[in-house]
Amino acid sequence: MLTTITNIISTIFIITGLFFVLVGTIGLLRFPDFYTRMHATGKCDTLGEGLMLVGLMVYQGFDLISVKMLFLVIFIFVANPVATHAIARRAYKVGLEAWRLEK
Amino acid sequence: MKGDESVIVRTVIRLMAPFIQIYGLYVIFHGGGGPGGGFQGGVILAASIILYVMAFGIEEGQAKLTEKINMIMRTTGLLIYSGIGALAILFGGKFLDYGAVPLPFIHHIPEVRAILIDGGVEVGVGITVMAVMVTLFYEFYPGGSIDD
Repeated sequence: MLTTITNIISTIFIITGLFFVLVGTIGLLRFPDFYTRMHATGKCDTLGEGLMLVGLMVYQGFDLISVKMLFLVIFIFVANPVATHAIARRAYKVGLEAWRLEK
Repeated sequence: MKGDESVIVRTVIRLMAPFIQIYGLYVIFHGGGGPGGGFQGGVILAASIILYVMAFGIEEGQAKLTEKINMIMRTTGLLIYSGIGALAILFGGKFLDYGAVPLPFIHHIPEVRAILIDGGVEVGVGITVMAVMVTLFYEFYPGGSIDD
């Protein structure tokens, strides 16, 4: 019984994470230029991977492997936005023009 | 060339570099019983230094890890590695034949032997790989100069 509940909770987490990753991938493929693509992938990847790892943690139960996954979640939540920020800032400093709707 | 990354990047790299180094040590010492090893751990250790230099500039990075200490680490790691290999020859085995090296008291436990001897080799490889990676990065960094 408990296993079933755990499986359902972890499946919900993983499917939610998959949804975010799917949206981020569609944004990466469909958006017109660098900044908007970065906007799509930066946030969606962070949240999607985080939710999927939380789902795997629930599935695994409390042991050493799930603690390692917790460290991984923390690391992704710190590192991924900073990397996105660094890349976008560098592109802005180099002088990449943002996309505008042509009239 | 001075590092001109933003405050966010510098703060996060300063926070994260020790954890990256601990993870590198974990990978080095975990190599006996799972995925990992000296080479991979050394590369992760070097990545923390490279990250630091990318954020703070080459002068600050070389103040943390000077070229002289880097050179000493390069040669010391190689000396540890080949020294343990030659120790096996000294006791009558082949090069890097760990089974030939006699250890006092714990001679019959293979795990202890693996941790002591293989751990020594992995540490040597890790130190050398880290120093060589950092040296390559210093060499290729724009504005960085090597004078040894």
